Parts: sequence; C-alpha cells; structure tokens
Amino acid sequence: MHTLLRILTYLKPHRKRLALTYLCIAAVTGLNLLIPWIIRQVIDVGLATGDRRYLLQMALLVVGVAAARVVFSFGQRYGMESSGQMVAYDVRNQLYDHIQRLSFSYHTHAQTGQLMSRITEDVGALQRFVAGALLDSLSIVLMLGFIIVILFQMSWQLALAALAPMPILALSVQYLAQRMRPKWKQVQQDFAQVTTVLQENLTGAQVVRAFAREPYEIAKFDAANRAYMRTRLSTIRFWGSASPFMGFLVALSVALTFWFGGPLVSAGALSLGTLVAFNSYVLMLSGPVQRLGNIVNLIAEALACADRIFELLDTPFEIADSPHARVLTQVAGRVQFEHVDFKYSDGRQPTLTDINLDALPGQIVALVGHTGAGKSTLVNLILRFYDVTAGRVLIDGNDVRYVTLESLRRHIGIVLQDTLLFSATIRENIAYGRPDASDEEIIAAARAAQAHDFIMSFPKGYDTEVGERGITLSGGQRQRIAIARALLINPRILILDDSTSSVDMETEHLIQQALKTLMRGRTSFVIAQRLTTIKSADQVLVMDHGRIVQRGTHDTLLRQPGPYREIYDLQLRDQEEAIASVAAATGAADLRPALAVTGG
Amino acid sequence: MAVLLQRFRSLFREGNVEFDLPEDLQFRGYDRRIVGRLFRYVRPYARQMILALALMGVITATSLAGPYIIKLALDNAIPAGNSGLLRLLIVLFLAAQLIAWVARAAQVTAVAEAGQSSIYGVRRDLFEKFQRQSLSFFDKADVGILMSRMTSDVNALQELVTWAIVGTASDLFTLVGIVIVMLALDWRLSLITFSVLPIMLLLTAMWRARARDNWRRVRYYNGRMLGYIEENIQGVRVVQAFTREKLNLEKFVTQINYRFNQAQRRAARLSALFFPGVDFLGTLAVALVIAFGGALAVGESVFTPGVLVAFVMYIGRFFDPIRDLAERYNTLQQAMTAGERLFGLLDRPIEIESKPGAVEMPPIRGEVVFDHVYFHYQPDLPVLHDIVLHVQPGQLVALVGATGSGKSTLVKLLNRSYDVKAGSLRIDGYDVRDVELSSLRRQMGIVLQETFLFRGTVAENIRYGRLDATDDEIVAAARAIGAHEFIEALPFGYQTLVEEGGASLSVGQRQLLAFARALIADPRILVLDEATSSIDTQTEKIIQDAMDRLLEGRTAFVIAHRLSTIVRADQIVVLSHGRIVERGTHQELLALKGMYYNLYTMGFAAKRPDA
Repeated sequence: MHTLLRILTYLKPHRKRLALTYLCIAAVTGLNLLIPWIIRQVIDVGLATGDRRYLLQMALLVVGVAAARVVFSFGQRYGMESSGQMVAYDVRNQLYDHIQRLSFSYHTHAQTGQLMSRITEDVGALQRFVAGALLDSLSIVLMLGFIIVILFQMSWQLALAALAPMPILALSVQYLAQRMRPKWKQVQQDFAQVTTVLQENLTGAQVVRAFAREPYEIAKFDAANRAYMRTRLSTIRFWGSASPFMGFLVALSVALTFWFGGPLVSAGALSLGTLVAFNSYVLMLSGPVQRLGNIVNLIAEALACADRIFELLDTPFEIADSPHARVLTQVAGRVQFEHVDFKYSDGRQPTLTDINLDALPGQIVALVGHTGAGKSTLVNLILRFYDVTAGRVLIDGNDVRYVTLESLRRHIGIVLQDTLLFSATIRENIAYGRPDASDEEIIAAARAAQAHDFIMSFPKGYDTEVGERGITLSGGQRQRIAIARALLINPRILILDDSTSSVDMETEHLIQQALKTLMRGRTSFVIAQRLTTIKSADQVLVMDHGRIVQRGTHDTLLRQPGPYREIYDLQLRDQEEAIASVAAATGAADLRPALAVTGG
Repeated sequence: MAVLLQRFRSLFREGNVEFDLPEDLQFRGYDRRIVGRLFRYVRPYARQMILALALMGVITATSLAGPYIIKLALDNAIPAGNSGLLRLLIVLFLAAQLIAWVARAAQVTAVAEAGQSSIYGVRRDLFEKFQRQSLSFFDKADVGILMSRMTSDVNALQELVTWAIVGTASDLFTLVGIVIVMLALDWRLSLITFSVLPIMLLLTAMWRARARDNWRRVRYYNGRMLGYIEENIQGVRVVQAFTREKLNLEKFVTQINYRFNQAQRRAARLSALFFPGVDFLGTLAVALVIAFGGALAVGESVFTPGVLVAFVMYIGRFFDPIRDLAERYNTLQQAMTAGERLFGLLDRPIEIESKPGAVEMPPIRGEVVFDHVYFHYQPDLPVLHDIVLHVQPGQLVALVGATGSGKSTLVKLLNRSYDVKAGSLRIDGYDVRDVELSSLRRQMGIVLQETFLFRGTVAENIRYGRLDATDDEIVAAARAIGAHEFIEALPFGYQTLVEEGGASLSVGQRQLLAFARALIADPRILVLDEATSSIDTQTEKIIQDAMDRLLEGRTAFVIAHRLSTIVRADQIVVLSHGRIVERGTHQELLALKGMYYNLYTMGFAAKRPDA
C-alpha cells in the first residue's frame, strides 16, 4: 500500500493531464454504451414500423456518436499512454541522478547490468502499470458497473444467466498469466544461454581454433539451441491450448443469453431489440473482464518493480557534504594522513591500518606494493571517494570531510590506468572537467600531453567522435587524452595510476614526457610500476596488507633489506639490467650515472 | 483526406523538434530467392504447415458461422417462437466454438513446431558456419554484429515463418469469408459497407509508414539513452572526480531522456489517432447500413434485425485482417532484410580449409621454416615482407619489435590462422597448406597475452586443452605449472566456477590456467605472447617458473616483453615494418648497436626525467 501511494505521488505533477484523461475515459465509456441502445431502437422502432426517417435519424446519431468517440478516444489513449511515459521520464531522471551520485562503496559492489535493468525493465513495468492498470482500472470499473446495472435493468434473470461465465473468465485470465510468467522467464533464460555460448565462442574464436575445438563447440551450442527450442515449443503449446478457452467462455455467455433470452422474446416479455442490445453489452463486457483478470498480475509485477526502484532511490549517499561544509578556495597542495584506518563497509579485514604521511606541496609520492596492498584505496581517500574509518585526511590542514565535495575534487586531477573516455568529441572529452574552456586552452593542454599531433592527424581533428559512434583510439592515445583532461583543470594535487598497459616504446616515451609535464609543480601521488618514476619520487611508500611497511627514497630503500628489495629484484631489476647490459655491450658509461643522478 | 489528416496531426505536434536521426537502412521488398532459401528449412515440416493451413480454414469457417447462426436465431427461431430450432442453433453455435477452440490449439502447436524447428536449423547452420570460418573472418567482423545476426535477424525470420505466413493466410481466409457471407446476406448492403474500404486502406497505408518511422525513432533514442547511462555508470569514478554530476544530469534531463520521451509520446500520439480512426470507420459503416438498409429494403422484409446484427458483427471483424495485413508487410520487409544479411553470411566463402585429400600431419618434431614469406591483410598494406627463418626442433625464438612490426602476424601464420600470400611455411618439411588443418592445430599450442577463459569450472577450463584428460592429469598439469596451490585455495577448488572472462581471478591466475591448459594439450610447437600487464610479485615468480616448464622440449615462438625471456632465447628476431632487420643472440645484437640496441636505450634510458 505504501509503495502504491508513493507511485501515486509521481502522478501529482501531471494532475491536469490525468483529469483530462479521466474525463475522456468517462466520455468514451458513455458513448460506447450508447451504440447498443441505438441498435435496439433501430430494431424495435425503425425496423418494426418501417419508418425510414427514423432510421436515417438513428444512422446520423451513430455517426455523431462515432465522431465524438474519435476525439475522446484519442484523449483517452494518448492521455493514458503519455501519463505513463511522463512518469517514466521523471523516474528515470531521478534514478539517473541518484545513481551518478551514489558513492564509491556502492558502485564497487553494484553491477552495471543490474542498475541498467532498474532503468529499463523496472521503469518499463512502472510505465505500463500507470498507462495500463492505474488509468485503465477506471475505465474497467465504469464499464463493468454501468453494463451490469443496464443488464440487470433489462432483465435480472437473464443477466444472472449470461454473466455466470464472467467470473471464471476473469479468474482464468489471471491464472493463465500467472502460469505463463515463469514459462516465459525460462524461455528468456534459455535464449540467454544460447547467446552466452555464442558470444563466448565468438570472443574466444582464437582459442577455439588454437585447440581445434570446433566440434566440441558445435555440440555445446547445439545443446543450448535445442533446449531453447524445446522450452519455447512447450510454452507455446501451453499457451495455444489454454488461451482459446477464453474465447469459448465469451461464446458461452452469448449462448446463455440466447438460450434464456430467446423464449423471453417469444413470450413477449422482452423486445427483440433489447435482446440484441443485451447481447452487445455482454460482448462489450468481455474485454474489461479479461483486463480485470490481468490487472492483479500487473499490480503485483509493478509493485515488485517499484519496490526495487524505491530501494535504489532510498539508498543513502555515504559521501555527502556535511551541513557546515566550507568551500575550499586556494590550495597549496599539502596532503596529510594522520593515523588513518579504513575498512570497507562489508566488514572484511581493514584495508588500511594506521597510515601516516605528509606530502608537501609539489612533492612526488610513489606508492609501491603488490596488488591488493591498499595503494588504490589510499588515493581514493584523498578524493573522498570513501571516508576514513579512523584518523584524518587533511589538505592544507583542512579535513576533507568538512569541505564541499565539489570544491575538494576541483583541485584534484586523476589519470587512471584503464582510461575511460566518453562517447563525445575529443574536444568535449578534454574539456570534461571544465566545459567552459576555450579552444586555445584545450589545444594547449593537448600539446602539453603530447596528444595534439595525433589528434590533428584525424580528418576532423578535435571534433572527432570517440567511443561507440566514433573512432577507436589506441591505449596510448586514450591515456594521453586523459592526461590532457587532467591538465586542463590545472589541479594542485594529482593522482596517477602509472601501471604500464601495453604500448610500444615510442608511445611509452611520449606518455612519459606528458606525465612529466603533468606532475611539474603539483603534489603527485603515483601508483608506480616504472623504475624511473620511483626514482624521481621524493617519497617512496612501500605498502603491504594495508600498512606502510617501508618509506624513503629509492636509494635509501635499496640499501636496506626488506620488501622493496624483493619487489625490485622481481619487477624492476629487469628494467635496470636492460640499461646495464646496453651499457656493458656498448661501453656507454654515461647511462648509469645519468640515472643515478635523477634518483637522488 | 491526407491534407486534412496532416493538419489534424500538426495540431498535436509539440514544439518543433529536430530529430537528429542518422540515415536509416533501406527496407527491402519481397525477394524470391530469400523466401526460397528459407523455404528449404521449412520443407521438412511441410506436413505441419499444411495441417496448420487446413485448420485455419476450419477456424475461419467456425468463427464466421457465429454471427450467421445468431442471424438465424433472430430472424427465424425467436419471432416464430420455435424454441426447438433456437436450442438447436445454440448447440450448433457452441459446437462451432468448441471446434474453433480445439482447432486453434492444434494449429498453434503445428505452426510452432514447424517454425521453431526450422529456425533451430537456421541457427545451427549459422553457428557451424562460424566455426568453420578462419580467424581472418573475425578480424573484420564485429562480435556484436555477429550476435545480432544470430538474435534479431534470426528472430525476424522466425516471425516470418511462424506468424506471417500462417497469419497472412488466416487474414486472407477471413477477409474472403466475410465478403462472401456478406454478399450472400445482402449484396447491396455489402457494397455500401465496402465503400469505406478505400478510406481504410488509405488510412492504414499512411499509418504504417509513419508508425514504422516512429518506432525506429523510439528504438534509436532508447539505445542512445541506454548507452549514455551505461557509460556514465561505468565511468562514475571519472564523473565524480571531475564533479560533472550537475552538468550530466542537465544533459540527461533536457536531451537524452527528453528526446526518448518525446519520441515515445510522438509514437503514442500516432497510434492514439489511428485506432480510434479505424473504429470510426467501422461505426460509419454500421451507420451506412442502417441508413441505406432502411431506404432500400424496409417493406421488402429483406433488411431484418438478423441481417443488421450480422452485418454489425461482420463489420467488427472486417478491419482487423486489413490492419494485420499491413503489419505483416512490415514483418516481410524486415525478414527480407534480415534474410539477405543472414544468407549472405552463410554464403561467405571460407578462406582457410583443408585441401581435398590433405594428408594427416604426422607427429611434429618441430622444425619450422619460413621460406620467403609475404603476407598482407589488405593488398596495399604489406605486413610481412620476405621473411626467411629457420628454426631447429626445440629452439626458443624470441620475437622483438614495436607494435605493428608484424610479430603477432608472424606467429598467426604458424597454425594457419592466415595463409601466406607468397612463399611457403614448412613444418618438418610439410607445407602447412598441404596437411589436414585440425591435425596441424592439435599439435600446436597458443597462449595469448589476454587469457580467454570459458564459463565453467577451473577443471573444465584446463581440460579444454585435451578433452579426454583425467582429473589426475589435470591436477598434475596444474601442479607442474604451479597453479595447484591457488586453485586449491579457491572456494571449491578445481570445481570453482569461473565467471565470464574469468573476472573472479587475477590476471596472473588466469595466465597460469592458460599455461596449464596449454601444457595438458602437450603441443609440439608453442606460441606464447608474453603478458605486459603488471602482475604481483609472487605470481610473477611462479609465472616465470611455469614458462620454463612449458617451453621445455618444444619449439617455441615467444613475443617477448621480459628481458629474462629474451636473454635465454636461441634466436632473437627483431622485426620492423614487417621485415626481419636483425637476428642473433642478446649479446650479438647489442654489439651490433642497431635496432635492438635502440629499442632498449629508448625504452629505458629515454625515461630519464630530464631527457
């Protein structure tokens, strides 16, 4: 009931539309009821007396009724349908806004597909409910009420007989719809299985061929294909044998009308026209009765969907501005962590324990450690994607929890490893953080990010569409656009995921150049994989199981035994040895000292 | 009429909206070849189709009998007080309905059997065709598009086979039946009724074209909206980091969602006009019958209450088939477009197949010779140029070069993912084009940079390398690779389900599984594309050991990224722009001070922050 009331609140802004629609529904109902009455007059008066004038009058009346009905029918149909659509529009806006503002802890666990199905399927069901059930119920109630009254007035005995099959009709519609739902669900599942097998096979085409597994794959697909065909067949068979029963019940009502009504007419207790009109009303009733049977299912379905929608809308934002949040205006770029603990809300082990650090404005902080050591979590706290469980994160001495989110994040730029660009032009992507940036600024950022040249190599330059409807950029190109995007907002604090994705050496070189420009003069936190980055860092923090286990510079860390040495031996040494062996083979002694200098 | 309708329509247009729709596909008319082709799939079920058509006749006859029986009751039985006749008629009426019920059920089943089974065949053939296609086919094709061939295009054909064919027959039967019955009842009234038909046809034709455009528009904006939402959910981190929430919402409310809503309302408006319009025409016909019936026939006792009622009922059923037929024309067009694409796909030649009478490849020793090999994907863009390479059994060859230098293409020729354009590639003296394809591929292993795992258990994924491997052999392979420990630590060990794409496993773990899968296949020649992505330290060490194990005793080609791999290779082959520019061992190549040397000085030394 609560859910239903809440759905009704969405109709409030559309009161006028609704009132008009209800008016139209009432008018259409009335006009519909008129037609059988006219037919009765035609039979009992016009045909009985042979009065041509009267017949012509009745014919004109029919045309009049029909014309009026076109207008009101349009109002009814369009009103019902568009009300549903408007409610869906409003709900989608709310959902979209809520989803994009939900905090990170929510999004890490939520699946995109499920959120999407809230917006598509659940909103769709809500729309059908508003357009179909909610508004149609008035039409059903009016039709049922009036017709039953009319029928009983014409002859209550006949009405009792003729209406006998109607409750069965309503119940069987409901029963059938209920039985069909799980069956259709099964059909959909089996079809999903077919597409899954296919998709896997197509994306894994190379593996299938490498192992010469085509016959095995064909057998796998055939099993899914066959199962789908069988389920579908049995569902159709069930539907096919059950649904004509409805038609039969309606026919039964007609038969009963004539069985009992015929003798009444012969006996003179009922006029022939009345019997015909009676029969028309009975036929007119069968539609609303069937819809009534289905309405129970519609309501049940809609309420379940609405519950899921409201649950999502009621999910609180974990991260929101505190009531007295201040606006962070000027930022120098000092970042401090004071005894920071962090634990994900689902209560697993703490992810970060007792983190202390102090990054001075302009410093580079390199974070080193295994996957899962807590590096990404640490940088997420700076952006306030999560709130600390204990301790404080300070920017220029301000606790991040007491400044507005917008002003905080405006001073921080991030470049992630899996670069995400949006389906828009390159220009719009670079200006993502500052939509008001001028063309000169955008080009300057692209130049600094080493992206200008490849952008200009496209026929449409900065107006080239990327993403789904546009061109596909290589990993290295995407990364440079992301760097330009971060540069354009000119952040004081920079967060960088430096993990190498596979790019060739030249691109790698360009990216390094771009990153260097980007970091200059900013406080930078780098999740580092490259030796050169680590060497250039003012502070290297080695993380393990959520703690900072070692800190220092590359040189000081390398001199002491510990986790850094281990990581160095396995991951970084290769890079060093490459340089060394080049040096050894060529006698180019200038390389090593050059690197050593930068390490300091 | 058209002008009037246009004006009427413009009354309801909200604002002047620019729909930024892309140019749409042209719709196709009836194509005999496509229908003929499709008919071949249906032929095995000809019995069901004929049965369905016969039943259709029964259904039409019984359902048209209803109003006629009522007419008889009204005109003959009731006024005469003949209750015996009345009861007989009612029993007849119910009997007809009962027969219609049974016939309908049987007909639906027959149609479904024929339709579903033949479409099952289309789907099966399409999948088998996909399996026989060579990899070059998948380079050009987009998985999403292939998927939609199998889903929406096949569904369009299914629509045609099941409901369009039988439905069209049913509509025609009904129309012809009604016309005959009406004419028999009163030919003059019939002609008057038919006079509204031209208007009806005009209205339907106008509606059909517009409705199709409208629905296309709705689908387009819906797709765009979903794309927008999905992108913003996946990129929510960027959205929030760049504080774009307000702007994005505004764009969603005023453009993305609004356009979809507008398109929807437009479609709703059109059908809200059309259906009442059809009702109006029906009612108009009734009015005409009343007016002219009175004028023509009163006194001649031809225009009886029974005739009037029967006409009203028949008119009510007259318009549905006409509307349906218009709809079916859309279905037909869609099916033609779909069929053309589908059969085009089925007819696509297979580029790489075993020659007729190709010999079975005997157990491979592992000698590989590239003899002046040339290759290109597009004639104007050569990818490999005069490759000459001799590899002894058991040798490790490291391939080095920039992205696009031809490394991946070179190894793809080995298992005949592609065929050389000139020159030849021989394994143990056999030209790979002369041996039976699967006997060749069975003896080769490929481990790709991005590990592809199938949905299923861990054990099943390893077994993919050799389908008859026992559980013990799987465990042994996993042990040898060093994957056993982490597998045992999974919730259900070897029976743990791997999600799609292996999302629940780390990159390193996925790679270890791919190694185990390759090891159990025990290939004679191994192709390995070393992963560049970062892997945590412990796994990294295991992977290096696993590689040793995997490479042992086989001829191997490695697209190498790790120095440790390159250093121990028997031959390092440096590729640039599709040519082998240098070859030799690590020390030899460095001493050359050429390309190889440059790759390394550039790769590492160039990263000096002050460079």
